[in-house]
Amino acid sequence: MSDWVKTLSRVLYVDLARKRYWVEDREDLFGKWLGGIGVASQLYKEEVPRAADPLGPENTIIFAVGPLTGVFPMASKTIAVFKSPLNGYFAESHAGGRSASAIRFAGYGAIVIRGVSERPICLVIEPDRVRFRDASALWGVRSAETVGRILREITPGAGVRSILRIGGAGEKLVRYAMVMVETFRHFGRMGLGAVFGSKKLKAIVIAPGKVYRFPDMKRYRDIYQKIYDLAKGPKTKKYHDLGTAENVLVLDAIGALPTKNFSSGRFDGAGEISGEALVENVLARRVACSACPVACIHLAAIREEYEDEKFMYKTEFISYDYEPIYALGTNLGVKDRFGLLKLFKAVEDWGLDAISTGVILAWATEALERGLITKSETLVDLRWGDWRSYVAAIENIVRQPNEFYKVLAMGVEEAAKRYGGEDFAMSFNKVEPAGYLTGPLFFISLAIGFRHSHLDSGAYSLDQRIFSSGEELPSPREAVQKIIEEEAWRQVLTSLVLCLFARGVYDENLTSEALGSLGYSYSSADLRKLGREIYFEKQRLKWEEGFRASNLRIPKRITETPTPLGKISKEYFEEALKEFDNIVKKSIIT
Amino acid sequence: MVKRLAILDANRCVGCQLCMLACSRRLGFAGYEKSAIRVRSAGGVERGFTVVVCRACLDPPCARVCPEDALIPRPGGGIILRPERCNGCGHCVEACDIGAIWMDEETGKPIVCVYCGYCAQFCPHKVITLQEVEAV
Repeated sequence: MSDWVKTLSRVLYVDLARKRYWVEDREDLFGKWLGGIGVASQLYKEEVPRAADPLGPENTIIFAVGPLTGVFPMASKTIAVFKSPLNGYFAESHAGGRSASAIRFAGYGAIVIRGVSERPICLVIEPDRVRFRDASALWGVRSAETVGRILREITPGAGVRSILRIGGAGEKLVRYAMVMVETFRHFGRMGLGAVFGSKKLKAIVIAPGKVYRFPDMKRYRDIYQKIYDLAKGPKTKKYHDLGTAENVLVLDAIGALPTKNFSSGRFDGAGEISGEALVENVLARRVACSACPVACIHLAAIREEYEDEKFMYKTEFISYDYEPIYALGTNLGVKDRFGLLKLFKAVEDWGLDAISTGVILAWATEALERGLITKSETLVDLRWGDWRSYVAAIENIVRQPNEFYKVLAMGVEEAAKRYGGEDFAMSFNKVEPAGYLTGPLFFISLAIGFRHSHLDSGAYSLDQRIFSSGEELPSPREAVQKIIEEEAWRQVLTSLVLCLFARGVYDENLTSEALGSLGYSYSSADLRKLGREIYFEKQRLKWEEGFRASNLRIPKRITETPTPLGKISKEYFEEALKEFDNIVKKSIIT
Repeated sequence: MVKRLAILDANRCVGCQLCMLACSRRLGFAGYEKSAIRVRSAGGVERGFTVVVCRACLDPPCARVCPEDALIPRPGGGIILRPERCNGCGHCVEACDIGAIWMDEETGKPIVCVYCGYCAQFCPHKVITLQEVEAV
């Protein structure tokens, strides 16, 4: 076995309660499950009792990287697995930045973080040692960005380290708090920030320092060159040019751009907050994750005069992507570019997931409009497009000055349960949706997915293909099978661990060749099979935790608003969820 | 003509680290530590990046402070490391004002650019290039 293969099996275990750490060789897991999500879900199976409280000491955070991490272009993501405080099930979130290469070159394939610390803590992970730094001075620093700035000054590894931290939202256990990575990258969805907060874990700094020899230099260099050329080329064009914000006009044109709480698929301000408009007016710099030639991270500069002092200005940088544009822009009716960027800045600072926050505020706006709640609850006048009110509401979600905001901090499902308006409370399996009003397959994929990201299975693109080809909808069973088939292959990519923007670059053969150059032996067929196994291993975990798709609430709103594929039929949706349960049941009981 | 690595425009750097990984790869290693070129943010990625690599001084101070003549000035600028002579004292690291020399913790000897340009072949955004040294 090559050094490269062998060293990936090292798993770092950290016990926050006892302030202990140790390393175990888990070749048993990496040998069978490759790495990334494959291994992380097995570790979750060992670590987290099915009935564990997501915010209690039994929940465990697992990070994992994979065989291609740090040595191939776009293998730049870290997988996080934990029980989600939003729905209580096995959940997964991915982030880039420097996190993946930092973990790999600190000498680990995975990190398992158990227990709850008595005091606020910052973990500093270096090759061959872990320090438990008291973080009492950082606790209460509400801006996740500021926390990063402080940690940059006092920890090792400038240039190559990774800094993961929470802002005020994580500390206050907002169920959709995110974990910021470097700056502008996030473990955004599913509430990892709240799990950090529940463990009093303010930050993790990972400083790499190891080097490894390649088993077959020539073979590796040849395949590297091939992949590098592809990664720079047309297959990733969308991501390096306009970035994901390109979607705004594309989706608006077909009526699939979620607008004002999914009440329409078209936004009259799309042209002002499109990828094109942002490039022309505010794009200031592009940045990349480690080992990625694409540099999809688009940073806007916003220049602002202080209200209380004339001629006093500041310029701030803020990253933008399609999902926050939808969630805090179109879905809240915000077309003011400056206001939109201020909203991004607010969720970034407080450490909130942009998607969940936007969807919850959209529900609150509509609930206020319909008189289900009043200003005595919302404290500010939430009105479509009024970004200043939304900035104030975001602060309230974190500070929780009244009962209403305490409930908002639990997610839209809880809010609607308490105050009504379930018909327009947009959530699937208690998680607020990503931004594609493309058709039924997309929403079905969210209902049965793990990350609640549009990239789980890319089902928006299945919808779009049906739309552009003019074909009929597949049967509910076929729809579910298509989603599972795509998602199963993506388990391979996220075990390696690749960014899913690289999915057009790494086909089965190239993936198998890349692995071969590092001393692994997997045929394309092996990989396909493994992807399916991993997929159903994950579904098994959720099934054991009590998840049944057919029990899910389907928000009435998505059966009322037309999509490019027409109105979504409730019966079709329910049938698909039933079929899904049947497929899972059959596949996990063998 | 001798060549050196030139930084054309650090403002175009996206911080992808592909140059660092290429330099390590050239030597047969995965990881950052063996790289003779380093990139770090200029105080947070929003402020851009700093690229540090040997600029091939005409009269290199690192060579002047070397007690063992392990760093030989290269005609036309820059240095050549003779590792067998190096005693690992680290004076060269301190003598370099731009911080372009650092110690290899594994070998105890300095890591310096060899002006091969392999890293530049993997810079996707024209930040660095291998350039002929201009006559003064």
